[in-house]
Amino acid sequence: MYEHDVVVVGAGGAGLRAAIAAQEAGADVAMVSKLHPVRSHTGAAEGGINAALRDADSWQDHAYDTMKGSDYLGDAPAVEALCQESPEEVIRLEHWGMPFSREEDGRVSQRPFGGLSFPRTTYAGAETGHQMLHTMYEQVVKRGITVYDEWHVMDLAVTDEDDPAERTCHGVVGYDIQSGEISGFRASDGVILATGGMGQVFDHTTNAVANTGDGVAMAYRAGVPMEDMEFIQFHPTTLPSTGVLISEGVRGEGGILYNEDGERFMFEHGYANNDGELASRDVVSRAELTEVNEGRGIEDEYVHLDMRHLGEERILDRLENILHLAEDFEGADGLEEPMPVKPGQHYAMGGIETNEFGETVIDGLYAAGECACASVHGANRLGGNALPELIVFGKRAGRHAAGEEMGEAEVTTGRSSDWEPADYEFGVEVGETGGSDPAAADGGAVATDAESVVGGAVDRAQERVEELLSRDGRNHAEIRSAVQETMTANVNVFREEGRLEETLEDLREAREAYKDVAVSDPSRTFNTDLIHTIETRNILDIAEALTMGALAREEFRGAHWRKEHQERKDENWLKHTLISWSEGEPELWYKPVVLEGENKTYEPKSRSY
Amino acid sequence: MSTQIPKQTEESTETDAETEPASKGDERRAEKRRRAAERREQRQEEEAEKAAADESTVELKVFRYDPQVEGKQEPRFDTFHVPFTKGMTVLDALMYARDTYDSSLTFRHSCRQAVCGSDAMFVNGGQKLACKTQISDLEQPVRVEPLPHAEVTKDLVVDMEHFYDQMEAVEPYFQTNEYPDGELEEQRQDRENREKIKMSTRCIWCGACMSSCNIAAGDNEYLGPAAINKAYRFAMDEREGEDIKQKRLEIIEQEHGVWRCQTQFSCTEVCPKDIPLTEHIQELKREAVKNNLKFW
Repeated sequence: MYEHDVVVVGAGGAGLRAAIAAQEAGADVAMVSKLHPVRSHTGAAEGGINAALRDADSWQDHAYDTMKGSDYLGDAPAVEALCQESPEEVIRLEHWGMPFSREEDGRVSQRPFGGLSFPRTTYAGAETGHQMLHTMYEQVVKRGITVYDEWHVMDLAVTDEDDPAERTCHGVVGYDIQSGEISGFRASDGVILATGGMGQVFDHTTNAVANTGDGVAMAYRAGVPMEDMEFIQFHPTTLPSTGVLISEGVRGEGGILYNEDGERFMFEHGYANNDGELASRDVVSRAELTEVNEGRGIEDEYVHLDMRHLGEERILDRLENILHLAEDFEGADGLEEPMPVKPGQHYAMGGIETNEFGETVIDGLYAAGECACASVHGANRLGGNALPELIVFGKRAGRHAAGEEMGEAEVTTGRSSDWEPADYEFGVEVGETGGSDPAAADGGAVATDAESVVGGAVDRAQERVEELLSRDGRNHAEIRSAVQETMTANVNVFREEGRLEETLEDLREAREAYKDVAVSDPSRTFNTDLIHTIETRNILDIAEALTMGALAREEFRGAHWRKEHQERKDENWLKHTLISWSEGEPELWYKPVVLEGENKTYEPKSRSY
Repeated sequence: MSTQIPKQTEESTETDAETEPASKGDERRAEKRRRAAERREQRQEEEAEKAAADESTVELKVFRYDPQVEGKQEPRFDTFHVPFTKGMTVLDALMYARDTYDSSLTFRHSCRQAVCGSDAMFVNGGQKLACKTQISDLEQPVRVEPLPHAEVTKDLVVDMEHFYDQMEAVEPYFQTNEYPDGELEEQRQDRENREKIKMSTRCIWCGACMSSCNIAAGDNEYLGPAAINKAYRFAMDEREGEDIKQKRLEIIEQEHGVWRCQTQFSCTEVCPKDIPLTEHIQELKREAVKNNLKFW
């Protein structure tokens, strides 16, 4: 068993920042990640980092834009923390040497982004995430922080009290991909989940193959609720054949969207009469698909994004990476022709329920970054707000886990006083089908000391691996692709009741099939068949919760559009969706959104761009 | 290096199937391996027949090796026939082969868009990123092998530890003795200087350059093109200041540093991010010479 004060799971932006912060606060930190840190998908982020750096701007304006962008489902204390702390965190990155794009006077450049009232998006070309990831990994190397790379974390080691709020997390179970060794990692002060996105729930996604939502599913099975899972951001500009992201920076710099008839549809068809292409992402994605559905798409599939008028010099200076991506992955020359784009799954607004310090309802368990839901993005994330979330909340979780005093949280976790049960009948059975892959904690026998909690989790993981390796059964790949297909077909930008219900049935079938899953590669060395099979279980749990949330939320808010419910219903739905795993059953419940900030309350207004 | 996995020293309580006498699990696994091998052969025969009848397939010859699995301990090539689709990359073809024919086919991959640097391989005799190499640009059969000059872990996966060690040997982090006053004040950097280091900051640590380098193949201690490029990225960054640059030049001038490079340009040719690696190494040599003259 390995022992550290703080164990960070995942080594992308949030994980790296959390590890640095925890170490600065005096903790012995280790990072455990299924990829080497520089392989993390933070590196694919392109556009930028929002930060109110200049005198003409203010964190209050940034917070207002973010609350509006969230369609009033962000929790104000978390949103305000993001906007207040982003400037100092961005400057810290600069002090760590991050090569930001610069103004004539040598200061960090900022550009306009969708939904922002001020050009406050700092950036490094169209490769901001790559620069941020490498800059922070450099700091981890400098500080000598221990990294267990290519170790896949299989599960959490938590105690087993009936009430999740009474449980404690003592560590994790890791599988060394290189050797096949299974080992416990005891974390005496805390485990921080920073496992990133879950895009592999869909088949057209900007996310990496590794983005299988492991942390979210792990925490869920340990008793932490998943929050607002129905809110998925579909980015309006992804390449049709691969899902590779074309940055919002293209529109920020002045890129224009056209339909097949050469109309600038954002204006000409009235989707966003003020902001046009720079409306919020949910608005632009719906507009594009409406164009396609009404017969004005190109090849009935996509629209055009044109940046030729920006001129070669400006494109090379600020968007060079886009030229390479369009050329390499779509065969389009962005200097000579418009680029084909369509919406693709991009980001999960929801995730592991946390407060504004990254704490979950389970003692000693934290989450930060895309896998977490604090919630700063609510029903729709603004472009340029994901990267600051990584550094602000990574830092907060790291410090808190290392024992720094940070005051009282205003965002609650778990079923505190004002939760309400849901009374939605799904009509389709959900949850455990029996048999496979037991939950990490479900009430029952209580192991009291940390060593035996971690030891028990290791034993369970070992049994599971033996079982998967030794039996005969189905390959996970067909199950995974069945899930991805039904999710992409039915739980996409436009959602309707009947098809959501069908999806729950499809997922039920997939769960049944997964009971017979087996790994045919018998090797202990670099067995990716085994890792992918374990990941597919996580994809199943997340897809189900996501679809349940999408069915239950009978309104249209932010990225969540429902055919039968065409308006935002503030009287009933200013509340977060939570789904808790309880003895194999997903339970749906709600808690109110926190609209009261430090000095003001964010009154919901109609959202137009 | 601090970021390496520490050796486990304490007594392990886990059951280790590899060292125990033949258990039921071992027997089951052996039986399973036999069945899997039969299934694989059958599938491959069927697919080969189908493919022979169809012109729009890609023939892949893929290097296979697993130190633990019978039949794979001796390296061999397996042939896969994959239906061609427009825009298909080498990575797409490998994923198709794995998900359809043989789930034990092993390679690293993640982002699919040439930024994570996981999938550098030796494709038709050259170091390539599988995800940005179009099948249509290649002669068939497409021969896919692990990166040369690195130890093969399994199939197309190589041990990257040595590469990481070299990267981390050049103090690969920003250093300066002088920050602006005020926590919210950034360091100034003019656009020219940012432009100067831009290409060097694009490195994705894929290891293609190191694998292509004859010198690195012969001198295991040679820092190699990627690590020297990392040093260049900092040495040329004016925000670090002159005294730090001095230290940087000492690091790259060591016995196994820049002077080993024989300007063969193989690293520059294979770099998937088009970083002018050889030029960067040459420029550091010039800087070092200038610097030495200064103190002479």
